[in-house]
Amino acid sequence: MNCDKCKENAIYQDPNLCKKHFIEYFEQKTINTIKKFGMIKNKQEKICVAASGGKDSVALLFVLHKKGFNVEALAIDEGIKGYRDRSLEFLQEFCKKHKINLKIKSYKKEIGKTIDQLSKKYSPACNVCGTFRRYLLDQHSKEYKKIATGHNLDDEAQAVMMNILKAQTSLFARQGPMTKDIDGFTQKIKPFYFIKEKEIMTYAFLLGLNIDFEECPYAPLSFRSYVRDWINKEEKENQGTKLNIVTHYLKLREDMQDNIQKIETKENKFSKVVKDALQPIKKCHECGSPCSGLICKACKLKEEINA
Amino acid sequence: MKIIIERTKEEKELDFKGTIEELLQKLKINKEEVIVARNGALVTLDTELSSEDEIKILSVISGG
Repeated sequence: MNCDKCKENAIYQDPNLCKKHFIEYFEQKTINTIKKFGMIKNKQEKICVAASGGKDSVALLFVLHKKGFNVEALAIDEGIKGYRDRSLEFLQEFCKKHKINLKIKSYKKEIGKTIDQLSKKYSPACNVCGTFRRYLLDQHSKEYKKIATGHNLDDEAQAVMMNILKAQTSLFARQGPMTKDIDGFTQKIKPFYFIKEKEIMTYAFLLGLNIDFEECPYAPLSFRSYVRDWINKEEKENQGTKLNIVTHYLKLREDMQDNIQKIETKENKFSKVVKDALQPIKKCHECGSPCSGLICKACKLKEEINA
Repeated sequence: MKIIIERTKEEKELDFKGTIEELLQKLKINKEEVIVARNGALVTLDTELSSEDEIKILSVISGG
């Protein structure tokens, strides 16, 4: 199969592109997403990249750095032996090579226990792990206006479906390519919002980003893993399924926001759910992290763990 | 043909004729979840394989 743009052999299918044109396509798609949503105002703006040492965050650091954005990396060490220690070792070498500032914060030091320890009490460990990960990223990115994450099209399609299957309407309204610019909160941006996980892997491979490509040992037990396999089966049969899920979600979210005033005049169960979902984000009374109630989930969990 | 499946760390010799897509079907691997390198270079699913090839199947799924 030939590249759609030249006579070279294609290395990627749908779109059919050779190495040179795939790299151009990938980087342009990232830049287009940044521009479409106004994620980064100018190249002087300091951006914190949430980095794990996996392919998504390293590819994101690489693209933004290559395109001249002012990036620094923040990593969270959850304490997963044989997995996170290896990816962080790679990340440290990568940041040193590309002269990118890197901060690493650990669960052990900040929470008091590693995920390997917590997994004995909380199974699957993914919910607890995700809660503390978001908490530490919030706590240590306060000096930045924006934090970029490597969330991709696959992650976002999974999140939409997970929230539908669990009827988590409040989370449904808060997903999307970026959070609102609210005083006192670091804005979260997702430049890979429309990029498939397979495209990121291809990019990482082509650029020789010799990453530890393994899956987290706790991931196969998660609900996300079940949803991921299901969506991938659909995508195999019907190309474009992931993009359809995400674009349909964006349209729904827009409609919800447009109709909020109309909804406010009608008091019924549905309107209450939508209004709750669009409530402004509050600050946790304990730590100041984004929160829907008085105390955030991470502070409640910390108290439970240390009781 | 030598097949290396990176996710499960499997290595096997296989007598196979056909394309990458047919190989993945035979191995019951979802083409959406992998990229494939032949002799170290990425190739598309319609690529015909020969018995001398070394095929590496890399999982695109990582993280949690």
